[in-house]
Amino acid sequence: MTAIALQRAGIVLGILLLATLPYWVGNAYYINVASQILLFAVLALALNILVGYGGLVSLGHAGLFAIAGYTAALMLENGYGHLAADLSALVVAVFAAAVFGVLALRTTGIGFLMITLALGQIVWGVAYRWQSLTHGDNGVNVSSRPAPFGISLAAPESFYFATLIVFLIAIAAMALFVRSPFGASLRGTRDQARRMNALGYNVWLIRFLAFLVSGFWTGVAGLLFIYYNGFISPQVAALQTSAEALLMVISGGTATLLGPIAGAAIVVIMKNVVSAYVERWNMALGIIFVLIITFMPEGLVPGSVRLAKLGWQAWRKTGTRAGPAQETAS
Amino acid sequence: MNQWFILAVNSIALGGLLFLLSAGFSLIFGLMRIPNLMHGSFFMLGAYFGVSILDSGYNFWLAALLSGAAMAVIGAFIERFLLRRLAGQELAQVLLTLGLSFVVADVCLMVWTGDPVQPATPAHLAGALQVAGLFFPLYRVAVIVIAVVVAIALWLMVDWTRLGAMIRAGVDDAPIARVVGIKVSQLFTLIFALGAGVAAFGGVIGAPILSVYPGLDGEMLPLALIVVILGGTGSLLGALVGSFIIGLIYNFGQAMLPDLAYVILFLPMVAVLVLRPQGLFGKVVP
Repeated sequence: MTAIALQRAGIVLGILLLATLPYWVGNAYYINVASQILLFAVLALALNILVGYGGLVSLGHAGLFAIAGYTAALMLENGYGHLAADLSALVVAVFAAAVFGVLALRTTGIGFLMITLALGQIVWGVAYRWQSLTHGDNGVNVSSRPAPFGISLAAPESFYFATLIVFLIAIAAMALFVRSPFGASLRGTRDQARRMNALGYNVWLIRFLAFLVSGFWTGVAGLLFIYYNGFISPQVAALQTSAEALLMVISGGTATLLGPIAGAAIVVIMKNVVSAYVERWNMALGIIFVLIITFMPEGLVPGSVRLAKLGWQAWRKTGTRAGPAQETAS
Repeated sequence: MNQWFILAVNSIALGGLLFLLSAGFSLIFGLMRIPNLMHGSFFMLGAYFGVSILDSGYNFWLAALLSGAAMAVIGAFIERFLLRRLAGQELAQVLLTLGLSFVVADVCLMVWTGDPVQPATPAHLAGALQVAGLFFPLYRVAVIVIAVVVAIALWLMVDWTRLGAMIRAGVDDAPIARVVGIKVSQLFTLIFALGAGVAAFGGVIGAPILSVYPGLDGEMLPLALIVVILGGTGSLLGALVGSFIIGLIYNFGQAMLPDLAYVILFLPMVAVLVLRPQGLFGKVVP
């Protein structure tokens, strides 16, 4: 079997596994965790466009995520229909991404990160302080889920399937995006901005458009989040959410399609598991960050492979040098 | 009239606190190119240290100095053993300091619980000073004076001493500075420790005004960020001017448009980014 055929078989198997998940998992709690993983995977994929392919590390995506969520939640609260609320939320999210992009793309690197962080904090400040609009810390309730084509999404299983469909569309769009000439030029601006400029590409415009695409999918994830959670509060816009999203991208390995998904699964599962036993999720998140940066800067998945290889080589070396008797010592 | 006057004094006092916070941030970011996202944590942890030292019955100023010294030591360890390994990798430094800030926030929540603490103003500064019919709250005046003294001391150190000259040499061209015998790594540890210490000192001085509570770190970090973007990275004068501007906007915004105070705070930063990306007093980095 060739590598491509193997890859295709893997994709088919993965989709089959995901599509049948509610039937072999059964428990509603785990189905909900799976929905969470998928919706955060959409967020991580969106952030990865900038972090992985554009080389632009944003710490303000929680702001875009929350803007989409708040727009939809507030419109629903004021009596608008789901379709109107969701479409408006996406338009507002893309518009906010445009504003973020115009301001943040004046620089790259650390300046970009700092400005997106500050912009994300503005969104948090609005959500928290502008009480007459957002109800401040009390948040906004989302009382119902939409029913596309008359199918109710109230049950965990049906919501899972809806999330799965959105997730599959997102990853297909992302695969197309990465392989398109535009994706290639985005990678070009990451690796050789000056050379791209000399070749006649408009580096700023490429980055700006990438920001818009990223903002759109972040908005989609924000919508999934409010429908999943039924509630949105300023906490969603906090720096911690941006940091978690970044941890998903980086822990899985940047600039890969599957990395952010693996990262989202790792972070969501750890968050659920850790929160079930201790209240110290924040500390765990911080320690994981420090450990990943110190020992596996290239991401958990490639990092584990590298460390395993190193361990295997060390084990083989000691094995050949000192004989099998030393095996237990290593 | 009197109300506006009090507001103005409070604003300038807040500006003084912001300077103590952002001077270190600006030096660390401007000189060492380390984006230190745990600077708010230094401020908060320092304030908590100060509260604990005060509780054991020590003098307020001693508590502030001890807390600053303790944080300088912690800062030196973080620079020497964690950040040093990541020299030049800005993203990794960001993530490391961000991760550490989460750990610090959680440790503070564990040790000092979630209840806000507000230490009393030192007794000898509790009153007000009357000049020309206007009352100045004495403690706020003291904060302003301290901030200005620290600003002058830092400026003298960086611009007029041998140490400052060595630091500037190390920043401009580290390899050459090393060749002529300047121990650049040690200097960088020193700057980082100094920045952390001044922030912690500011945290203690600010505690009677701001009080200490979980989330203080997350509130101070963006403020340091906008002060530095506004004033220009690495510029002490910029940090000073930026601090006072932000202090004024924060307090007057809070009084006049409480709902939007937080947004107004960011407007000067946005304006500077659009009109003068290097900041008011920043140099254009080649």
